Amino acid sequence: MARVVDPPTAVEAGLRPTPPIGMRRAVRLGLSGGAAAVLVAATGIVSTFQPRMVIDPIVPLGVLFLYLVVFAFGWIAAQPPPTLEGFAPPVIGLRNVMAGALAGLLTGLCVGLLLVLMNVFNLRGVFIELSPELSKILSFGFAVGVGVALIALVSTVVGALGGGVHLLPRRLRRSLMPALVWVIVFSLLTDLFGQLFTGLSLDFMVDLFYTSRGGALTIVGALVVFVVFFTLYWFLGGRERGLRETVEAMPRERRMRLQIGLIAVVLVVLYFIPRLMGPFVSQILVDAGIYLLMALGLNIVVGYAGLLDLGYVAFFAVGAYAGAILTSPQSPAFAPEMTLVAALPFVMIAAAIAGIVVATPVIRMRGDYLAIVTLGFGEIARILLNSEWLSPYFGGAQGITNIPDLRIGPLTFSTPQDYFYPVFLFVLLAAYITLAVQKSRWGRAWMAMREDESVAEAMGVNIVTAKLSAFVVGAVLASFGGALFGSQIGSVFPHSFDIVVSITILVIIIVGGMGSVPGVTVGALVLILLPNLLREFSEFRFLFYGVLLIVMMLKRPEGFIPSKRRAQELHSEELAQDAWLEIYGEKGSTEPVPEGKA
Amino acid sequence: MPLLEIQGLSKAFGGLRAINGLDIHVDEGEIVSVIGPNGAGKTTFFNLITGMDGPDEGSIVFDGQNIVGLRPNQILQLGMARTFQNVRLFPAMTVLENVMVGQHSRTKAGLFGAIFKTPSQRREEAAIEEKAKEVLSFFGTRLAGYRHDQLSMMLSYANRRRLEIARAMATDPRLLLLDEPTAGMNPRETIELTELIGRLRTEKGYTIVIIEHDMQVVRNVSDRVVVLDHGVKLIEGTYDEVSTNEKVIEAYLGRPAELGA
Repeated sequence: MARVVDPPTAVEAGLRPTPPIGMRRAVRLGLSGGAAAVLVAATGIVSTFQPRMVIDPIVPLGVLFLYLVVFAFGWIAAQPPPTLEGFAPPVIGLRNVMAGALAGLLTGLCVGLLLVLMNVFNLRGVFIELSPELSKILSFGFAVGVGVALIALVSTVVGALGGGVHLLPRRLRRSLMPALVWVIVFSLLTDLFGQLFTGLSLDFMVDLFYTSRGGALTIVGALVVFVVFFTLYWFLGGRERGLRETVEAMPRERRMRLQIGLIAVVLVVLYFIPRLMGPFVSQILVDAGIYLLMALGLNIVVGYAGLLDLGYVAFFAVGAYAGAILTSPQSPAFAPEMTLVAALPFVMIAAAIAGIVVATPVIRMRGDYLAIVTLGFGEIARILLNSEWLSPYFGGAQGITNIPDLRIGPLTFSTPQDYFYPVFLFVLLAAYITLAVQKSRWGRAWMAMREDESVAEAMGVNIVTAKLSAFVVGAVLASFGGALFGSQIGSVFPHSFDIVVSITILVIIIVGGMGSVPGVTVGALVLILLPNLLREFSEFRFLFYGVLLIVMMLKRPEGFIPSKRRAQELHSEELAQDAWLEIYGEKGSTEPVPEGKA
Repeated sequence: MPLLEIQGLSKAFGGLRAINGLDIHVDEGEIVSVIGPNGAGKTTFFNLITGMDGPDEGSIVFDGQNIVGLRPNQILQLGMARTFQNVRLFPAMTVLENVMVGQHSRTKAGLFGAIFKTPSQRREEAAIEEKAKEVLSFFGTRLAGYRHDQLSMMLSYANRRRLEIARAMATDPRLLLLDEPTAGMNPRETIELTELIGRLRTEKGYTIVIIEHDMQVVRNVSDRVVVLDHGVKLIEGTYDEVSTNEKVIEAYLGRPAELGA
């Protein structure tokens, strides 16, 4: 008996309506938003940042932060459900605004409750940040009763606005929201943009944009930024296809030319960056670059080969110490005083040996067990370097100082601006190696090992060689980072090689996107560069870190820019397509094949 | 001389004797089916000869060489490849990459070749890809071009089983071990696969050992059938000899007394 099923293109009829936005969900989100807003107020974020203006003098950061939370939860509460197969697209309308307003109101009431409580009871014994100033900020300077009403009103409006965003046409929404985000970015990264304008000899722009160097954005500045970015996004949004598809649709030759052009542009920009940015920002970039270099190395070990290495800092330490011993005249036992360039091959050999030493005992181990053993190695490395026993060689807690600057022929690298170039040269090298190896015999062997170690072995992959080589490649890349780090700082101490470094590098990979070079780069920028540029918020750094990690793991576990295959893992349409082909037999035939017959 | 000769093979897991003094031989060019009720030790038998598990006793001679104690990748290199009962592909790798991994033991480019893109590495890489495509083309439109870049996890169940066979073929085996290749397939796909197994011998010249539950398949493909029960060889012979044997029926259905006779 032939089962009659519409082909995928003709499913139009018989669509079920998508259920409307749930008000219960809005209530739940409103209360969650309330908890978040209360947390923001009680941790002191609001009162600390109230004096800091985003747009001088109308938008203070403290209150903006609080109501951004309200806005975000209103927006989420009004988010239309995804269109599922067999369902009509969701209807977007007043109900979205209502849901947003409801969530906003509830969030506001929670903040209002906090305001009442902190005025009725003295909570400062426990929550030191619940100060009278906070009370004044929350109530907009009015009495408590009026304040609560105002909070509820403003929150409802802000929540409704958040919900109302969904009503905007797609193109408008996609221009408006990023433009607003850029205004905030310009205000928060005032040091960076101020330096950039100065570097470009556009000092008048600094005066136009900012109230003072390192100060808030002016109203004019905010308007300019908004208009420029709105226009930019508006025109970009007019394209029919996304950037990625456009590039992928290009013929091979044009795509190659585009890639070469892009690389050239990136190189030119990289060349000018340290000159424009000055020592402060350059130092931050060098730090981020060294982390990025190591993250790319660990990406091969964890992202490709699937070997969870929690002691990666050991290889960083080996590189730093090998470089220090070979180049510094003050290294205790052994001071050949080579140049760093001449020492580099020996640093690589030392790192390769360290890689083999770590890999050998874990050859027959997998997953968690492997992670714990490598964790042990990381700590052993640090403790040995710190030990009295080996201090004749490594200097113990005093470390090794007086490491000379990097010299290549007549060039001497001493300032952070100078170090930017070698660091990024190695980053590019690591990125190239990552990409080159991906489509090669050993790259595939590593991935096969990550997917299923026993099957990989049964299919001919020598697991011993595969594990050793992955560890060695990772170790060598980390050792480059270590050698540059030591040379730039001028000294190495055991306490620089803490377990936290290993964890940070791992988090960069996970948040950025495992197995993807752009992802790892973004991860390093977000987790290393950004926090260092936002020094004025350093008090709350780990709070933001934590929030970012939790949100990422819940909402985007594959990372910011996942590798294509990890992104594909989340697509299921192809499975449905397969089901169609099963019913219709071979691709191309239009006759449904009777079930159970050939 | 047989291609594979097993003598006195035994393996116990704790107190359970999964394989107990087994003697089996497979001649070049033969298709041998191994059947038996669940828990008879069929998959353990495959694990032992491919080196994924070590036997307690006995000898396994493949192509004149004793392979007991070799690692699975060394055994594969000698020319023995298998598929798995519970399909075990590399899910987050593409269809083509899955097959290309099969060529690993037959190629030799190293990391330096990959990083410096040496001419020999590029030539080898192109050859690997060509070989993989050729192997996939053996399955007709089932694993045709447009599927090459899909992740293997996207494939339908039957296609996953086909891809596993393709991956094993890419290792250039002499002996192919198929563990329940038709499990979970519909009748049409089963018939298609039965034909394919025949073609594997006639066109590719593989010697094949197959574990199978579907008696239609067993009848259609096998030269010889070996029946296992509780780790012991019950009987071996042609399909007709085996299918009418009292002991086999008893092993599968239980004693007549239990049926109420």
